[in-house]
Amino acid sequence: MENQNGAASEAVAEGSAPTVPLPDKDKLLYLYREMLVIRRFEEKAGQLYGMGLIGGFCHLYIGQEAVVVGMTDVAEPADTVITAYRDHGHMLACGMEARGVMAELTGRRGGYSRGKGGSMHMFSREKNFFGGHGIVGSQVSIGTGLGFAHKYKEDGGVCHTYMGDGAVNQGQVYESFNMAALWKLPVVYVIENNRYGMGTSVARASATTDLALRGQAYGIPGEAVNGMHVEEVREAGARALAHARSGNGPFILEMLTYRYRGHSMSDPAKYRTKEEVSKVRETQDPIEHVRKVMLEGGLASEDELKAIDKDVRGIVNDSAEFAQESPEPDPAELWTDVLVDA
Amino acid sequence: MTIQILMPALSPTMTHGTLAKWLKAEGESIAPGDAIAEVETDKATMEVEAVDEGTLGKILVAGGTEGVPVNTPIAVLLEEGEDASAIDTGAQAAPPDESPTMPGEEVPVDTPAAAREPAPACPAPEAPPPSDEDRFFAETQRLTVREALRDAMAEEMRRDPTVFVMGEEVAEYQGAYKVTQGLLAEFGPKRVIDTPITEHGFAGLGVGAAFGGLRPVVEFMTMNFAMQAIDHLINSAAKTLYMSGGQMGCPIVYRGPNGAAARVAAQHSQEYASWYAHCPGLKVVSPWSAADFKGLLKAAIRDPNPVMFLENEILYGQSFDVPTDPDFVVPIGRAKIVRPGTDVTIVSHSLTTGKTMMAAETLAEAGIEAEVIDLRTIRPMDTATIVASVKKTNRLVTAEEGWPFAGIGSEIAAQMMEHAFDYLDAPVARVCAADVPMPYAANLEQLALPQPGAIVEAAKAVCYRA
Repeated sequence: MENQNGAASEAVAEGSAPTVPLPDKDKLLYLYREMLVIRRFEEKAGQLYGMGLIGGFCHLYIGQEAVVVGMTDVAEPADTVITAYRDHGHMLACGMEARGVMAELTGRRGGYSRGKGGSMHMFSREKNFFGGHGIVGSQVSIGTGLGFAHKYKEDGGVCHTYMGDGAVNQGQVYESFNMAALWKLPVVYVIENNRYGMGTSVARASATTDLALRGQAYGIPGEAVNGMHVEEVREAGARALAHARSGNGPFILEMLTYRYRGHSMSDPAKYRTKEEVSKVRETQDPIEHVRKVMLEGGLASEDELKAIDKDVRGIVNDSAEFAQESPEPDPAELWTDVLVDA
Repeated sequence: MTIQILMPALSPTMTHGTLAKWLKAEGESIAPGDAIAEVETDKATMEVEAVDEGTLGKILVAGGTEGVPVNTPIAVLLEEGEDASAIDTGAQAAPPDESPTMPGEEVPVDTPAAAREPAPACPAPEAPPPSDEDRFFAETQRLTVREALRDAMAEEMRRDPTVFVMGEEVAEYQGAYKVTQGLLAEFGPKRVIDTPITEHGFAGLGVGAAFGGLRPVVEFMTMNFAMQAIDHLINSAAKTLYMSGGQMGCPIVYRGPNGAAARVAAQHSQEYASWYAHCPGLKVVSPWSAADFKGLLKAAIRDPNPVMFLENEILYGQSFDVPTDPDFVVPIGRAKIVRPGTDVTIVSHSLTTGKTMMAAETLAEAGIEAEVIDLRTIRPMDTATIVASVKKTNRLVTAEEGWPFAGIGSEIAAQMMEHAFDYLDAPVARVCAADVPMPYAANLEQLALPQPGAIVEAAKAVCYRA
C-alpha cells in the first residue's frame, strides 16, 4: 500500500469487501461490540474533557478500534500488552473496567492508578497490561524486555508491543529490534500507522514510508495489514503471534489505520483536510464495516445491533457517572507509592 | 429527558471561547461524531462534535457570541420521541450543577487557623534501618572490591533463579573491568548476557524484564554511558510505581563504575551521585570498602525498587576485610562511622572516603580528631547519623568527587540547616571537584579532583585552626 505522496486517505484500501474469510456470527457480534465500547468510551471522554472534568493531555483512539480489538482477540492468556499514550482502547480491549479507566481520566480515587497516572499512565497487572507510557518509543524497549521475561520464564507468552508511526524513527526502537532478533524474543511489534505523528504526515517524517519493512536490517519479517478491517487484523495477528510464540523471534505488523480526532484534545488538525477525514469515515470506518457485513450477510438484524448499541451506551454512561462520583484521592495519597517497602 | 450541550473546553487552559458559528440548525438530526459548531479558543478554531444522538431542539447561544464561559449550556438536544415542548425553559438559564474549576481561576481557600501559625521546628531525621552487619566481621577474608562484587552477584544468583546479569562484555570477555569474572561459567549464557553496545535499549529492556517478574542486574561499562539511557532510569524505572498507583514495582539494579578513573578526560570522568539522588523513586548506593560493596550489592539485588549502584574503577583493585558468611547483607540507607572522632565530622562516599581517611591521619598529627562518616547510601540518606555526629563535634566538612553546584555536599548542608542549625559552631564546608569538565593533562586532573590536602584545609578552617 503506497503512501509516498502523503495523501493519507488514499493509502487505506478502498471499500469494505472482506479479503479474508469472515469469523462466525457470534465472533462478529463480539468484535462489533468491543470496537463500539472503545468508540463510545472515547466520545464520552472527549465530552468530559470539554466539561473540564478530564485535564492535561487526552489522546483519543477513535478510528483505530479494529487494530487493538483484532489483535487482542487472537491473544493467549499468557500474553502481555504495552503501548504508548493513545492507550484507552488497549486497556478496554485487555478487559480493564471502563469505570476504572474513566475514573483515572478524571483523576479520581477509583481510577486504575488511584488518580496518580492519568490518561497516559495506566496499568493492570491482573490483565497483563503494562501501560500506558508517555515517552514516544520507550514502550518498545520495555515491551522487548517483557518478551525477554516470557522467554526466560518459558511461560509461552508473547508481548504485543504497540507503537505509532511517529515512534518508528526513534533510535531505541532499532536497538530493541536488534536485540529481539538477536535473542529470538517473543515480541510482535504492532506499528499503528495512523498517518500522522502529531501534525506531521508519515511522508514528511520518514525517509522510507513502508514501515512494515523497518525490521529488514535485523531480519525481522514484516507485513502491512488493512487495520480498518478487524478480520484482516485477526488473521495477520494470529500468524505473527504464532511465529513469535514458536521461537522464531519477533514479527512486525504495520497496521494501516486512521485517527479521526486530533492528536490530542487541543489539536485543531489543520495539517489535513476535512475531506480527507470525512472520506475515511464514510468509506472505511472499522465499525461500520462490520455492521455492514453483518447486515448484508443476514448475520444480524438492525434490532440486534441496536440492542448492543444501547448496552454499550449503558456501560459508558455508567463509567462516566462513576468517574464523576468517585472522590478525588486522599491528600495522603501524595506520599504513597514512591518506593516499595523493602 | 432533553440533553444540554455545554460550551466545551478544547485545551487544558481554556476558560472562555467564542462560539464562532453553528454548523447545524434547530430541527436538524444529529449523530454522534457530527460536527455541530465551531468554537474559537485562544489558539485555534475547532469543531465541536456531538456525543449523543438526537435532534437539535434549541440553540441557546447564538453563533458569533464572544466570551462564552466553559460549561455554559449552548443548546438543547432532543432525544428520540421528544419534541420542542420537552424543553424546560427554566432549566436553560440555570448554571450547570457542578462547575469544575478551570486552570488559572482563583479558588477561595478556607485556611484553617493552625496553618497560619509559625511552622513547627523541623522533625528529627528518620532513624536509619537496623543492621546486624557488625557481627559478621568475626570471620573475614581479604578481597578486592572487584572480587566482592562478583561474589555478591554469584551468591544472589544461586539464591534466586530470577536474578540475571546483562551488559556489554559481561559474559565471554568476563567484564570490561573483570567484575563479572567466572559468572558465565557458573550460570551459563541464559543468565549472563552479553549485550550489543546499546545502552538506551538494554536499560529499557531491563525495565520490561523487571516488570515481567525478573530481577535484572544491568551493568553499564561506565556510568558515563548511562547518560544514553537516563530516560529509562528516571521515567520508566523510577516513576512507574507511582504512576501505576503502586502496581508496577521495578526491582532492578543498574551498576557500573562512576566518577573519575585516570586520564580519560571529560566524557569518561563524571560523578553521578547527585544526578540520580535528585529523583524520587530511585535508591542510590555508593560504597567505599569491599565489605560494603558486597553487602550493599546483595541488598540492592533483593530490594523491590530500582537501585543505582555506583562503583569506582580505582577502587576495584583495592583490598579490604570482607565477612565470609553469605548471609552478610548491609541494609540500604545506613551510613557508617569509619573513624570515630570528637573535633570535626567529615562526610564522604566512594573513593573520596579513602582520601578522607588519609586526611584524618594528617589532622590527628595536628591534634584534630576527625569523625569520618562514609555515607555508603546516598538516597535514602542517613541524615540521623550525620546529625548525631555534628551534635558531638559541632563542625562539618563534606567531601565528594562531584561538582559543587547542587551536589551531595549542598544537600547535606541544607539538611544541617534543618536539623542541626543550633549545634554548628562554624559554617559547613564543602570539598568538591573543581567546577569544570575534567581536563586530560595529568597536573590539571589532579587539580580538578578533591585531594586529601583540601580536606585537611577545610577541616582546619571549620575548627578555626590555621
